Amino acid sequence: MDDIRLIDIREEILSDNQNLADEIRERLRDNGVFMLNLMSAPGSGKTSLIIETIRRLKDEFRIGVIEGDIDSLVDSEKIAAEGISAVQLRTGGACHLDAPMIETALATMDLENFDLLIIENVGNLVCPAEFDTGAAKKAMILSVPEGDDKVLKYPLMFSVCDALVINKIDYLGLSDFNQDLLKERVQMLNRGINIFAVSCRTGEGIDEWCDWLRREIYSFKNRD
Amino acid sequence: MHELAVTEGMLKVVLRHAELNRAKKVVGITLQIGEMSDIVDEWLRRYFDYLSRGTIAEGAEITIRRTPAVFLCEDCGEEYVVNIKAGDRFSCPECGTNKVEMVSGREFLVQDLKVI
Repeated sequence: MDDIRLIDIREEILSDNQNLADEIRERLRDNGVFMLNLMSAPGSGKTSLIIETIRRLKDEFRIGVIEGDIDSLVDSEKIAAEGISAVQLRTGGACHLDAPMIETALATMDLENFDLLIIENVGNLVCPAEFDTGAAKKAMILSVPEGDDKVLKYPLMFSVCDALVINKIDYLGLSDFNQDLLKERVQMLNRGINIFAVSCRTGEGIDEWCDWLRREIYSFKNRD
Repeated sequence: MHELAVTEGMLKVVLRHAELNRAKKVVGITLQIGEMSDIVDEWLRRYFDYLSRGTIAEGAEITIRRTPAVFLCEDCGEEYVVNIKAGDRFSCPECGTNKVEMVSGREFLVQDLKVI
C-alpha cells in the first residue's frame, strides 16, 4: 500500500477569485478608478443611496455603476435616468458577485473615462461578504426597519466593510432600533469601520457619507 | 448559501497542489473555516462529492476545522472566545470594557492534503 503523504497548504479556499480581484484592483489603480462595492439585504436602499450619491458627486467625478441582480433591469434603468452609465450583470441565480463577473463588466467599459465605479451587489447579507470583487473599499447598508440585531446574525458582512450606512433613519421614531448599541457592537467587531446615519428619502446625513467618499477618492488618486 | 462557488474554488486549490506534488490520488482534505463564515458543512461535502467525480480528488475525506471568533481586550490583554451567533457579549469578560478587537474567526483556508 502506498504511503500517505501530508502536504501543508494553508491557501485561501477562494484564492483564484482573490488573485483575479488583486489584478483588477491593480488595473483600476493604474487607471485612477476608485471602485466601491456596495452591499446590503434586499430593500435596504442600495439603489437609492447610489442615486443620492450620484446627484451630489457627478459634477466632480465621472461615475459609472455596475448593477448585479439575479435577473432584472429595474435598477440600471433608474441609474440611466440620472444620466449615468450602468452595466447590468444578470447573475442568473448566483447570490453574489465575484471577481470574474466584475471582470466581464469592466471589459465593456473604457476605464479612462471613469473616476468612480460603484458596484451595486446582489441583495444579500451573507454571500457577497466572502467574495472580493477587486474594489478599493467595501460599504454596506443596514436600514432601520431591519433591526439592530443583524450584527449577531451576519457578523462577517459587518466585519469586512470599511463603511456602514444606517439608512431610513426617518423610521427611528417608529421602531426600537438602538443606534448606540448597534454602533458599539459593530466597532468591537470591526475597529476601523466608518458609520453614517442617513435617510435617502429626506436627504439627512447623505452629505457626510459623500464627504467620506470624496476624501477616499482623492486620497486614492493622490497615492500615485 | 454559496457552497457551490466555495467548493469549486476549493477543488481548484486542491487539484493544483496535488498536481504540483505529483500526487496520484487525494485521500483527505483539511479545511480551516472561521466561525464567521456561514458555510454549511453538509452542503460543501455534497457539492464536493459531485464536483470531484472523475478527478483524483474523488472520494477524498473532508475534515472541516472550525475556528472560533477570538477577541482581544486592549485594556487587560485578555483573549477570549465569543460565540457570536449564540449572542455572547463581545465585551471583555475579565474587565468589562468595550475596547476590544476581534483577532481571529475569519479564516477560510485549505489547510492541508493527504495524498498518495
